[in-house]
Amino acid sequence: MENSHIAIELIDVDKHFGSVHANDKVNLSVKTGTIHGIVGENGAGKSTLMSILYGFYQADSGQIKVFDKDFISTNSRQSIEAGIGMVHQHFMLVENFTVLENVILGSEGGALITESLEKARIELTRLAKEYGLEVELDVAVEELSVGMQQRVEILKGLYKGAKVLILDEPTGVLTPQESDELFRIFEALKKQGVTIILITHKLREIMSITDYVSVMRAGKMVANRQTSETNPEELAELMIGRKVLLNIDKTKAKSGDPLLVANNLEIHNEQGIKRVSEVSFEARSGEILGIAGVTGNGQGTLLKALAGILPLSKGSIEILGETISPKKSLNPQELRNLGVAHVPEDRQRMGLISDFIASESALLGYQNDKEINQGVWLKRSLVKANCESIMEAFDIRPTNPDLMSSNFSGGNQQKLILAREFERNPQVLIIGQPTRGIDIGAIEFIRKRIIEMRDAGKAIILISVELEEIMSISDRIIVMCDGEITGTVDAANADEATLGMMMANVLPSDKQNTEAQYDS
Amino acid sequence: MTRDRRLAWINGLLLPLFNVLTAFLATAVVFLFIGVDPIEATKILIYGALGYDEGLGYTLYYATNFVFTGLAVAVAFHAGLFNIGGEGQAYVGGLGIALVALYIDPTLSAWLVIPLAISGGLLFGALWAIIPAYLQAYRGSHIVITTIMFNFLASALMVYMLVHVLREVGQMSPESRNFPEVVWLPFVHDVFARFGYNIAKSPLNLSILVALFFSLLVWFFLWHTRWGFAIRATGKSNDAAVYSGINPKKIIVVTMCISGALAGLVGVNELIGVQHRLFLNFNYGYGFGGIAVALMGRNHPVGILIAALLFGILYQGGAELDFELQNVSRDIVVVMQGLVILFCGGLEYLYRPLLIRFLAPIET
Repeated sequence: MENSHIAIELIDVDKHFGSVHANDKVNLSVKTGTIHGIVGENGAGKSTLMSILYGFYQADSGQIKVFDKDFISTNSRQSIEAGIGMVHQHFMLVENFTVLENVILGSEGGALITESLEKARIELTRLAKEYGLEVELDVAVEELSVGMQQRVEILKGLYKGAKVLILDEPTGVLTPQESDELFRIFEALKKQGVTIILITHKLREIMSITDYVSVMRAGKMVANRQTSETNPEELAELMIGRKVLLNIDKTKAKSGDPLLVANNLEIHNEQGIKRVSEVSFEARSGEILGIAGVTGNGQGTLLKALAGILPLSKGSIEILGETISPKKSLNPQELRNLGVAHVPEDRQRMGLISDFIASESALLGYQNDKEINQGVWLKRSLVKANCESIMEAFDIRPTNPDLMSSNFSGGNQQKLILAREFERNPQVLIIGQPTRGIDIGAIEFIRKRIIEMRDAGKAIILISVELEEIMSISDRIIVMCDGEITGTVDAANADEATLGMMMANVLPSDKQNTEAQYDS
Repeated sequence: MTRDRRLAWINGLLLPLFNVLTAFLATAVVFLFIGVDPIEATKILIYGALGYDEGLGYTLYYATNFVFTGLAVAVAFHAGLFNIGGEGQAYVGGLGIALVALYIDPTLSAWLVIPLAISGGLLFGALWAIIPAYLQAYRGSHIVITTIMFNFLASALMVYMLVHVLREVGQMSPESRNFPEVVWLPFVHDVFARFGYNIAKSPLNLSILVALFFSLLVWFFLWHTRWGFAIRATGKSNDAAVYSGINPKKIIVVTMCISGALAGLVGVNELIGVQHRLFLNFNYGYGFGGIAVALMGRNHPVGILIAALLFGILYQGGAELDFELQNVSRDIVVVMQGLVILFCGGLEYLYRPLLIRFLAPIET
């Protein structure tokens, strides 16, 4: 079957979810032995399409051919048998199993697994050599770095005989250097005739690694291109359907007094694991301080401590005239009263309550405000009116305070949270992942609002995993790796390569902090 | 009607209705098995529960207990806590009421004594819930396990209290002496008689007004105060509660106290309302019944009032069935209750996909 010229062919594949037309007569043909990129905004239908290939969903209509054979998959096993392997965005690994045990999961063979373990060991050693995918087989997966875990996922696919590998946003959790390593593996796989489908929204990756690229927008396949004959600008326009401002115009920051000064912070997360140590910085009024880093390097923990959710283990934070220390903590309510607003990283679980109506979600954190409470009575009509007015101010649709929060789109949910936090005129804003998983239109709107707040003299601390976001809106950037600050850069002189090395903490030490020490 | 609104109607009204009807249908099958005509049985049950004023009085008297325990379960549920300990909290709450009733100066005004007795029930019910609450909040012991254990502890405690402390000297049965008359809540038939209406005697007493008052209070508290907001927020999303500055541990303790206090009011109806003394197992079955009532009533006071009425009907009508039909014993009530719990609790969403498909299809 490997001789076939076309690995995967989709003809008029259609899929509805209720009223959502997730895939609208999608056609796609992927040539054997190529790297084929699929780009599109969140919600464009890329993941649905791949889930149909992998047997998670069934298409409503249309035809799928894998290596020229008609293919209908109702579960992942059938897809694996047809030679399709998938590496999910969130790894499907058993953390406390060894690499070897993880790989044979689902193909254990007989009742006793020793035999299949031995077989797998021989086979894996061969695969690892052939594709340059060296991984230690007897180490528990939890002890491996994220990049290594991803290799295990790829090995798992190959071990099960995958001829086509689908990777869903594989670089989202990697440093730029780890990504390069991954791309090197792609090349090796390609040489051996493996077909790779790469789902991503990062155009840089598409341009540097793929042979062909298909663009999805609103459920439709809008373009197929040979990568060498296209450019990022064209792809971006195809993805969004109009020209976009990828960089937002902003004036130079007029920074003023420091409103938040962090001294030598050490913070443990909810599980009691030390995630932040020796972190010091200051956030000044009229300035956006971006905190960059690969997910899970302590930024989230730091954010929670700044917002009063986690206590400090060491160090102190001076904030708007108060001092937080391991002995004296302020809870989120007290910080809000002081003038600190917090937009949490996890909007679904923390920022709002899906089962509450919008006006109640817009009250979260401010339920004790004097204006809306009269004695014991919470004035719901006033709460509703307030919600309506912020909905208009932030163009949140539908403008209905009685609608369940879960019924708003991601972008509108995020705008609701921002509106709630911005409208109380805070002095310090702590913002986590402001634009994660939302549409481009809302992204532009939100970034502009953040810059407006800066120009109004607020001190803003911005945490984002999107390096592009950090670079385009912050004025000063600190980079975190493994809970420590590995670099401080002025946004004007920041470049992706340096930041990437700082994110991985591989920058030669003499270069650290030299470029942009804050002159105060 | 918008789809959201239709969904709300389906969830709030149609679903419980269909579930209850299914439970009745299943009960009808049980009746057929034991050789009873289900239609005949239904007639007897309805007439016995609602057909004449004494039966109606009994029905409402039973319903009163279920309102208290139903509210107790519902309040805890809004904070995401499953309080299985209503049984024990009701029991110990009764002790609080009895202690006030037995040891207060009987020359005081009823206007003072009765509220004090009610407060005794609230306080002791809350105290009995506070230890499981603390263990859940600060030690991570699961509230379901601890509240069940506390039901047994309550049982043992009450036997001890009644046998060794409160039993009258020379009295053989484990019960307290009678409460002074000043603490008795008037029977409804007495109140009616005072205004010149004669209705049949029944245990129905003014506790039913207490139950209505607390239903209103719970509704206001949960949906119209900032504390209710905090409780509901914690129940829906612990992370969001923490984010907003609410301390979920405190919420657990406070909510369980409120829940226990509400359960503790069963004694108001049973002790100062009807029996006028403390005795063993006066709480029997009401705590657990309250779980079914809350489930059926969707944890909303209005729903709880309706569900409690239904359970009152089952209790009273079931007693009537036992009396009227030879091959039916009073246990049929337990069977019906079990079926209602099965269909309203365990199989809560059985009809949901069907109802949504027919009544609120997704617009395309």
